[in-house]
Amino acid sequence: MVPSGAAGVNEARDRFRADLLEAGLLIPTGVDGLYGGSERYESVVRALDDLIDRVGADQRARMIRFPPVMPWANFVANGYLESFPDQMGSVHGFGGDQRQHAELVRRAEHGEDRGPLLRATDMVLRPAACHPLYPTMRGVLPEEGCRVNVSGTCFRHEPSTDPFRMQVFRMHEYVYLGTPERARDHRDEWLRRGIDTLGRLDLPVESVVANDPFFGRPGRMLAANQRDEELKFEIVTPVYASEPPTAIASANCHLDHFGRPFGIETARGDVAHSSCFGFGLDRIALALFNRHGTDPNAWPAAARSVLWP
Amino acid sequence: MIVDETIRQVLSEHARLVVDVSTLDDRADLFAAGMTSHSSVNVMLALEDAFDIEFSEEMLKKATFESIGAIRRAVQEMQARG
Repeated sequence: MVPSGAAGVNEARDRFRADLLEAGLLIPTGVDGLYGGSERYESVVRALDDLIDRVGADQRARMIRFPPVMPWANFVANGYLESFPDQMGSVHGFGGDQRQHAELVRRAEHGEDRGPLLRATDMVLRPAACHPLYPTMRGVLPEEGCRVNVSGTCFRHEPSTDPFRMQVFRMHEYVYLGTPERARDHRDEWLRRGIDTLGRLDLPVESVVANDPFFGRPGRMLAANQRDEELKFEIVTPVYASEPPTAIASANCHLDHFGRPFGIETARGDVAHSSCFGFGLDRIALALFNRHGTDPNAWPAAARSVLWP
Repeated sequence: MIVDETIRQVLSEHARLVVDVSTLDDRADLFAAGMTSHSSVNVMLALEDAFDIEFSEEMLKKATFESIGAIRRAVQEMQARG
């Protein structure tokens, strides 16, 4: 019998999760969507990270690596707080006295809310690899604009038992800042490269118009507008038989969303536009394990030779 | 018309138009006149406050707010629904 509806999807997710844990690829931590990766799993993620560097080697992109936390002020200025408050991972610390410390420990021991005793720091976990970049680009760009290669760990607070929806995950991106036309060209060029690269890994992929999960009623409008303007595309691949395909990479045209708040200008003196293409490293690795099995040595030779040339 | 005046008032305060709202006729494209995706959301919220209505789910899209005429039709439809 072919499973159908929500029960079928949950069953397929649970089975895939069980396969990953049984094979020791992912190590559960007790928090949904938070895993350790085994040597075998991480070797695939590393191979993907390297592959994406090779695919963009001709782009003369500046490589920059930021830590997985970013300044709170920039998180607010780029509109993330306004549009995706539910996905935030705010970093808090403790600055109280001995009495408050005792109370904090007591609450922890009793499973009570620690929130009131903590104080927010000036940092937040980054939701996308490229977000720490834009504030550092303030000023006038060179004539040809600027291309940047960023990669690293990101956080989005959306606990789930679906292995494809991790709360902490790796993303490798190529970002462009410059004129509106070139920003759009960058997105389209990378969408082509993304489809080609993922296809060479023997993943059945296609690109679809997409929207970000903006928060609330205003968010529904922003999402509809984003789709209407065809600003965002996702590369999707089928992973669970009875469910729509899952996004494993995305291409996003930001218009002047980052250029304006962070004072980034083109050589002509206009507000810079930007675009990015992001490969979801963990999602691609999971799609490979899902399609080709839990042992990379048994994967199709052609896909292996792309990953490990 | 009081409805039109209110719509124009909301647009002048929230749409971030690059032209004076008084120069726009019923069918003028507000997005072409400078309204952005984000400012259209502020327009939507301000219209809800001004008319004490809540736009229905299917109205939360660009086309609903693309011109003064389109906005008036949407506002009147929600007022008619009560």
